[in-house]
Amino acid sequence: MHVVYSLGDRIFRRIVTGGALTSLIVLALIGLFLLARGIEIFRDMGPKFITGTNWTAGSEDGVIPAEFSIGPMLAGTIVTSLIALFFAVPLSIAGALYMEFFAPAKIKGTLVSMLDLAAAIPSLFFGLWGMQVFSSMGERWATLTNHYLGWFPLFNNELGIFGRSPFIAGLVLAAMIVPIITSVSREVYSRTPRELVDTCYALGGTRWGAIRAVVLPFGRSGVVGGAMLGLGRALGETVAVYLLLNIVFKYNFNILESEGGNIASLIATKFGEATPYELKALLAAGFVLFLLTLTVNMAATAVVNRTEKAQA
Amino acid sequence: MSTTSDLTIHAIEATPKQPWHKPRAEQRRDAMVYLALAVVAYAIVMVSGFAGPDGFALVFFVEVLLLTILRSRGIGKAKSTNAIISTVIGAGAFVAFAPWVSIFISLVTKGFQGLYFGYLFDDMRVTTPDDELNMGGVGHAIVGSLLMVLIATVITLPLGILSGVYLTEVRGRMTKMVRFVIQSMSGVPSIVAGLFIYTTVVTYSGTYSGVAGALALAVLMLPTVARTSEEVLKLVPEDLRAVSYALGARQWRSSLMVVLPTVRSGLTTAAILGVARVVGETAPLLLTVLTNNEFKFNPFNGPIASMPMYVFGMLQIGTEYSIARAWSGSLVLMLIVLALFVTARRLGGKDKR
Amino acid sequence: MNVVNQIGTESKTSKEDGIIMNEMSTSGASTAVVERSLGLETRGLHAWFGAHHVLSDINLKFPERSVTGLIGPSGCGKSTYLRMLNRMHEFIPSAAMAGEVLMNGSDIYAPEVDAADMRLKVGMVFQKPNPFPAMTIKENVLAGIKLANLKVSNHDDIVEQCLSRAGLWKEVKDRLNASGGSLSGGQQQRLCIARSLAVEPTILLMDEPCSALDPGSTLRIEETIRELAEKITVVIVTHNMQQASRVSDYCAFFLSDGGPGVLVEADATRKMFTNPTDTRTADYVQGKFG
Repeated sequence: MHVVYSLGDRIFRRIVTGGALTSLIVLALIGLFLLARGIEIFRDMGPKFITGTNWTAGSEDGVIPAEFSIGPMLAGTIVTSLIALFFAVPLSIAGALYMEFFAPAKIKGTLVSMLDLAAAIPSLFFGLWGMQVFSSMGERWATLTNHYLGWFPLFNNELGIFGRSPFIAGLVLAAMIVPIITSVSREVYSRTPRELVDTCYALGGTRWGAIRAVVLPFGRSGVVGGAMLGLGRALGETVAVYLLLNIVFKYNFNILESEGGNIASLIATKFGEATPYELKALLAAGFVLFLLTLTVNMAATAVVNRTEKAQA
Repeated sequence: MSTTSDLTIHAIEATPKQPWHKPRAEQRRDAMVYLALAVVAYAIVMVSGFAGPDGFALVFFVEVLLLTILRSRGIGKAKSTNAIISTVIGAGAFVAFAPWVSIFISLVTKGFQGLYFGYLFDDMRVTTPDDELNMGGVGHAIVGSLLMVLIATVITLPLGILSGVYLTEVRGRMTKMVRFVIQSMSGVPSIVAGLFIYTTVVTYSGTYSGVAGALALAVLMLPTVARTSEEVLKLVPEDLRAVSYALGARQWRSSLMVVLPTVRSGLTTAAILGVARVVGETAPLLLTVLTNNEFKFNPFNGPIASMPMYVFGMLQIGTEYSIARAWSGSLVLMLIVLALFVTARRLGGKDKR
Repeated sequence: MNVVNQIGTESKTSKEDGIIMNEMSTSGASTAVVERSLGLETRGLHAWFGAHHVLSDINLKFPERSVTGLIGPSGCGKSTYLRMLNRMHEFIPSAAMAGEVLMNGSDIYAPEVDAADMRLKVGMVFQKPNPFPAMTIKENVLAGIKLANLKVSNHDDIVEQCLSRAGLWKEVKDRLNASGGSLSGGQQQRLCIARSLAVEPTILLMDEPCSALDPGSTLRIEETIRELAEKITVVIVTHNMQQASRVSDYCAFFLSDGGPGVLVEADATRKMFTNPTDTRTADYVQGKFG
């Protein structure tokens, strides 16, 4: 359609379009800057940047070469995030189902407000709470898991110290991402067509029968989208991990042991005293994290949007 | 068929009832049963290896589950499955909600002791973190946070509104792209935003500064403000725009003078929600602005305090009093976020007419 | 002579095995039809949503193995009434009621009644056809059996029987594994009818089942309804008076004057349409309002 706009309108449209495009520009700028600064490291280290095991700034005289790879921290990012998802998703589904189908009308409103507020709790508070309130409970569970399941490599713990482990950090991360997954899931469950649910009851079914037959299939892709959003948040989490995990630079898949880390906390830890070359490595690490979370979030957005459109 | 007779007799009054709900007596009896189960669970926790509130919760849950299974004998598989799974779902929801409730309660009970009358007005210039709790305060942190948030809002609110206007009024070719990018951008990790501002603003200006911090916060705030602005502008009825055009107004006049004013409180809501989103962020400030101990009103040069960095610093020191200060600082911060949310909700209701 | 039931008075006739039904007093010979007092009946039924009184004092007995149409202008509580017959009304949080709904002599709102079991005996078909999208045609028909976990010997026989009774078997017998959503609107509605028949209800409630369909499908469903009424009791809410006159044996006329809906008149369809007792009924069936 070809519309002719007046001069005033054209200026208006230019300004507005420019303003709207800033978000695109900012996003691109971030990516480009990190890449530009970090590319030297990618060139120097090659694939070892991802797969290696060391992070050393090297000595000033160059005798000990600088070697930077994010391998252990990337693994740590994925491990803590997966632990978080493992606990958060079932709990969120239970929470969402409870709010939509079981909670009495009077309580439901309060719960929804509480949910919104919970999604706004800064991650700093989770770190504080994790350290001061939750850690004794988490250590108890870790000890028990090790006691009964220690034969399984994942739950092995040589040193017998259970605090500040990926397991505990993962649990607190789970608590952190439950609000957003529950929110998205509840949204999608509330959009289940009323007649389908009513039909299940009219046929003589129970509440769980209706949920299983209609609500869960209907909400499946929405819940997946929500889980991916939660994953995106867990991947990039800095402060809580920094406070709750004993940051040790090595691959650690014994999640009950007291060592681990993730890329975000690596950046936070090393940033203060980094040499210029090391700083570039941190930027390269930041770029990898940026790509990772961006991909997950874009996929999550696509899934959630597609779900909404399909159900409209 | 039989029918009511003479309709000049008015409808016979009857009292509304809800017979599908359990009668009071039975509800009370159920409550007694659960209370008894709780007492038993407590006793078990006292004498056995189960410890702490989690031990209690687990024992109580197992008891309730057993009771449900007992009650569901002989009523058919579908109904007993329903009863048991309903119990499990309730327990799962409880566990999902428990951490936040615990955080809220901890904030109040542990944060309360660090509060005293001057807490909001004093700074940490002369007080060390280990001093008695009736000295020192977060005044400087509040000022710092306020400054940075203000600068961030001044930057993001116009940009967010422009995005919203673009998506709802101009609706150009990039609409899908812009919307998609805004939604994806809300997933950028806060540390990456901090890193970006560090490598640009801090490096080139040669100093940590409140402005750098504000810019990092702005990056995180923009998606929230843009999204809320779009939602608010979408609510403007199409007829309003149609009337404006029918009267001969150009698009820009129509947008500025007709559409935007009707959503004034909605746009304020967008700003408030954006602020609530970033006021508690720590990671970006770690890299761009650090912190300091005294009141400071110049955001352009040198580190400045903020609420999250205050809490973070206190937490890292780790002594009894500094941790107490961390809790009270967190309590103040949470109250600020709460106040913002309540204001946003009130304003959000105003636009609806 | 009309037999009247009033709240609070134990009418002697309701306790007897047989009751006197309507006599066609003005048209044709008087016939007293004696029916057993089994089946469906409401006594003094009221409904509220919160403080809003939507139905007042509905006393109605549904003759078995026939079609009863609930007619009247929109908004006078017919659908609410229908939903009280299978206890779907209570799913709305603010819903409240008074009175009794009797099935085979006992109140379905009594505390010892299991609502889910009761709903196996009373089927419901909704206005908008709503087969389960994630299930095949065959799974849709068997859905009720699966939900209530009923022990059933031969699934395939049931599928064939129900689809035949709903008038759909011939059209879909070769594609039972197609998705439920792949049928046309009229076929979907017949699938929904088959689905409700699978759990063997004695009563079928239908809430404007044809209003979302084209005239051809409507007529076919009306045929199906007449066939079904040979074995079960059908209660159908309809706005379409031509449909009511085509499909129903008896009609109940509901009306609201802004307050709660009341039952103005209930009688054999022919009488309601040719020589109703109440002037308001006459006005409505002649299209003077509604």
